[in-house]
Amino acid sequence: MYSNSYVFRYAAIMVIVVAAALASVAMLLKPAQDRNVTIEKMRNILAAANIEATPENAIELFDKYVIEEEALAPDGNVVAVFRGQKLEKGNIRPFEINLKEELYKHTKGQDFIIPLYIAEVNGKRLYIFPMLGRGLWGPVYGNLALEEDFNTVAGSMFGHDKETPGLGAEIELPQFESQFIGKKIFDDNGNFTSIQVLKGASEVLSPEKLIHGVDAISGGTITSNGVSDMIKSNLANYIEYIKKQKI
Amino acid sequence: MKTKERESLFSAKNRKLIINPLNADNPITVQVLGICSALAVTAKLKPAFVMALSVVVVTAFANLVISLIRNGIPPRIRIIVQLTVVATLVILVDQLLKAYVYDVSRQLSVFVGLIITNCILMGRLEAFAMANKPWPSFLDGIGNGLGYSWILIALGFVRELFGSGTLWGYPVLPQALYDLGYKNNGLIILPPMALILVGLIIWIQRSRTPSLIDKS
Repeated sequence: MYSNSYVFRYAAIMVIVVAAALASVAMLLKPAQDRNVTIEKMRNILAAANIEATPENAIELFDKYVIEEEALAPDGNVVAVFRGQKLEKGNIRPFEINLKEELYKHTKGQDFIIPLYIAEVNGKRLYIFPMLGRGLWGPVYGNLALEEDFNTVAGSMFGHDKETPGLGAEIELPQFESQFIGKKIFDDNGNFTSIQVLKGASEVLSPEKLIHGVDAISGGTITSNGVSDMIKSNLANYIEYIKKQKI
Repeated sequence: MKTKERESLFSAKNRKLIINPLNADNPITVQVLGICSALAVTAKLKPAFVMALSVVVVTAFANLVISLIRNGIPPRIRIIVQLTVVATLVILVDQLLKAYVYDVSRQLSVFVGLIITNCILMGRLEAFAMANKPWPSFLDGIGNGLGYSWILIALGFVRELFGSGTLWGYPVLPQALYDLGYKNNGLIILPPMALILVGLIIWIQRSRTPSLIDKS
């Protein structure tokens, strides 16, 4: 009933029609999707500074609160500055830096740059460090805001692409994020300690260590460890910059 | 002849297409299709609901499309054709969600892609849409989607309530209960407990519907 040539023609035409339809839809929707991604990124950065932005007002609030964007080399030198809606130094707006690509270059031992956002909220300066790491099923990411002393956490925001709902996915809830406020990333001697995400941290850590630790998500051990590693490895790239600022 | 073809849109036969899958022919508890996603996405009510909605849309339209082109599909490659139609629809849904309801799309993350592998889709395309007219096929898709949906939502409700003490993300259990020593049940969030819950639903359903019990 159906000849071989019919089968081949049918398959070929079907594939071409589907490919054309999907490609045109993807192109048509691309601007709207890119805009959503930009807005999401801005909302995440603002969330670390404890500013709740909606998709509608994110761009406006971002322009209002984030007064400066910097791109840093690992030796702590500032290679690009974006301030007052214009690029004052360098050739890339730090907001446009693809952190994933830069961290990949880092693992291969190549030169890389990392972004830093400076926000001014209620007269206080906050330094917001974007970060990227690995969870259980996929990437986890976040932003950590430090106060002017480059030590005390003022706010944090975490997110994930596909962690388990009810378990690892809980890292994006305020109950988890709010634990970070007031924690410190350096000890009294100025050594970098990062912030550890540990199961039952409030019970197992001594009071002087608790300032560098928060409670993990029960049932989300691997995601929690991922967040812990992410904070440590990403902040480590900024240490040279922080040391320069403190002098 | 003409009067017979002009069967009303919601005749008794067509209504059955929607109502049957809700109970007597339920895709999850009777046809045992789509179990994996029912276990994976029901730890919380919200993803379960959005997943259910997406599946209803995709089953309905996949059934419709396949039924429209059913007479031209070469039998030897029909599974590939069905899969292509399903995958195309799922990608379209995913792209539209990303462009217009980004928040929901973030919530669903991997689950949208998982719809492609949902056995209900292929099962209905193969068993119904390949042999029936577009309108009944469309209804069959909606019916099976809804049959899947209510199980998902029931599971999501029970698991979120007892597993996390919340519903749709809002705390519903009073603090006083926790003060009395009540604790959220961590086990219920894990997939094995979902399977046990599905088993309980099947048990209740069979004890109330004797026609489902195998006589032999």
